[in-house]
Amino acid sequence: MIENVDLSLVDWSRAQFALTAMYHWLFVPLTLGLSFMLAIMETIYVRTGKEEWKRITRFWMTLFGINFAIGIATGIILEFEFGTNWSNYSWFVGDIFGTPLAVEGILAFFLEATFVAVMFFGWNKVSKKFHLVSTWLVAIGANLSALWILVANAWMQKPVGMIFNPDTARNEMVNFWAILFNQVAVDKFLHTISSGFLLASMFVLGISAWFLIRKREDLLAKRSILIAGVFGLLSSLMVAFTGDASARTVSKVQPVKFASMEALYEGKNNAGLIVFGVLKDSEKKIGKKIVKEFAFKIEIPGLLSVLTGGDKDAYIQGLADHLSGNEKLGIISVPEKMQSGKFARDVLTSYKRARLINDTARIEAIKGVFKDKDFHDKYFRYFGYASIDKPEDVIPDVTISFYSFHLMVVLGFLFILIFSAALYLLFRGTISDKKWFLWIALLSIPLPYIASELGWLLTEMGRQPWIIQDMMTVSQAVSQISTGSVITTFILFAVLFTGLLISEISIMVKQIKTVPKR
Amino acid sequence: MKNPGLNKLFRFYYDGFRNMPDWGRKVWIIIIIKLFIMFVILKIFFFQDFLNKNYLNDKQRSEHVIDQLINSSDKHD
Repeated sequence: MIENVDLSLVDWSRAQFALTAMYHWLFVPLTLGLSFMLAIMETIYVRTGKEEWKRITRFWMTLFGINFAIGIATGIILEFEFGTNWSNYSWFVGDIFGTPLAVEGILAFFLEATFVAVMFFGWNKVSKKFHLVSTWLVAIGANLSALWILVANAWMQKPVGMIFNPDTARNEMVNFWAILFNQVAVDKFLHTISSGFLLASMFVLGISAWFLIRKREDLLAKRSILIAGVFGLLSSLMVAFTGDASARTVSKVQPVKFASMEALYEGKNNAGLIVFGVLKDSEKKIGKKIVKEFAFKIEIPGLLSVLTGGDKDAYIQGLADHLSGNEKLGIISVPEKMQSGKFARDVLTSYKRARLINDTARIEAIKGVFKDKDFHDKYFRYFGYASIDKPEDVIPDVTISFYSFHLMVVLGFLFILIFSAALYLLFRGTISDKKWFLWIALLSIPLPYIASELGWLLTEMGRQPWIIQDMMTVSQAVSQISTGSVITTFILFAVLFTGLLISEISIMVKQIKTVPKR
Repeated sequence: MKNPGLNKLFRFYYDGFRNMPDWGRKVWIIIIIKLFIMFVILKIFFFQDFLNKNYLNDKQRSEHVIDQLINSSDKHD
C-alpha cells in the first residue's frame, strides 16, 4: 500500500526523462529537415547534371551523416526508462504506445537503415535516379518515424480510441484510426516536422554564412543559402500556421494548459494577446495557489479571442473557470472531477475485491461497466483526479508555460525575418558584403534548437500533473525504485550525452573547415 | 558466394565500409561505444524492466499496477 508517493523519486525520474528526451531532441530535428534539403539539392543535381550541385549535396550529406550516426539509438534510452522508471505507466498504456512504437521501429529500420547505406555508399555505384530515390526515401522514412512517436505522445495529451480492461489493468486499442488521426497528433506532427525543416534551414544558412565571412566556397555557400532561404521561409511560415492551429486545439483539448501559457487566470471576452510580458511575485491566488501577476505587458486587445474563438467577443476560459467550474459554459469544476475520478477508482477497487473472492458474476458485471461509453466519458476519463490531493494541484507552473510559449513564438517570427532577409540580400547580390547579417545568420544556428526545446517544455510541463491527460498523474506512473539509482543514471546520461554532443560538434566543425575539394 | 545478387550486395557494403572517409570511421567508433554503453552497461545493470524483474506473471503485474492506481495519492507542500 502506498500512502504517499516519494516526490523526490518522482522529481528525479522526471528530470532524468527530461534530460534524455531533450538531448535526444538535439539530434532529431536536423535529421528530419536536412534529409529533405538533401533530397531537394540532389534533385537539382539529377535534373541539371551540374557537378557543383553534386558536390553541395555531398557536403551537406556528410554533416547529415554525422548527426544521424551520433543521434541514432539515443531514443532507445527513453524506452529503457519506460520499463524501469515508468513501469505503471508503460503497463497502463498497453498496446496504445506499443503499436505506434513498433511501427516506428520497423519503418526506421527498413527505410532509414537500408537507404541511408545507399545514400552514403551508393555514389557512382547505383544509378543517379536510384540514388535520388534512396535519398527521398530516407527523408520520408525519417519523417514517418517521427509521426509514430508523435502519435504516441498525442495520445498522452488526448487519450482516445481505447477501453480500459480492469482484468489486465491495461488500455486496449479499439480504434486505430482515432488514435492516428487524433487532432493533437495531426497538429503535433505538422508543427514538429516543419520546425525540423526550419532548424535544418537555419543550420545550412548559418554554416553557409560562415563560409562567406571567411571568403571561402562562395558558390557552395550562395547556392546553399538559396535552398535554405526558400525552404526556411516556407517552413517558418508553416511553423507559424501549424503553431496557431496547434494552440487552438490546445485551447479545446487542454484548456488548463492554454490558460497557463497565456497566464490567463480569469476568463473573459475580448481577451488580449500578450505580445510581451514579465511576471512578478504577487499575493494573487487561484484557489489556494499563489500565482504571479504581470509586472509589465504589451497586449493586443481582443486578438486572443479572435485567434481562438474567431470573434473578438469570444469568451476565453481562465484557470479560475476550470478550478471552480462554470455552469454557463459547461465547465466541470476540479472538485467535481475529483468525485468522478474517485467513483471510477471505487469501481476498480470493487473489481479487485471481486477478483480476490472469485465472484465471477460481479467480475463480469464490472468488466461491462468499463466497456460502457457513458462510464468512460463521465467517470473513467477523470480517473487520475482520484489521486489529486488539492484542486489547485492541477494547475501547472504558469511561469514556465508562459515564458516557454512566448519565447518560442518570438523566435518563430524572428526566423521569418532572417530567412526573408537572406533571400532579399541574396537576390540583390549583396549578401557577401553584409557582414552583420552573416554574423546574425551564423549566431542564429542555436536559436531553432532553443525554440524546439521550448516547445517540448511547454508540451510536457504545461500539462502537469498529468502523464496521461486527466487519467493518470506523473506520480501514479512512476516505479517504486530507489531514488539513488535514478540519480546515478541521471549523471551517467548527462555524461554520455554531453560526450556525444561534443563529439558531434567537433567532428562537424572539422568537416566544415575541410570542405572536400572540387 | 554463389548467388550473384548476394555477392553484389556484400561487395556494395564491403567496399562502402572499406572506402569510408575518416569522419565515417570516427562515427562508427562512436556508434559502437555508444551501443555498448547502452545495451551492455545501462540495460543490464541499470535498466531492467521493473515489472518483469519483480513479478512472475502478467496476473501479478496487473495486480501490482491496480494497487498502485488505487492507492496512490499526490501530496504536494
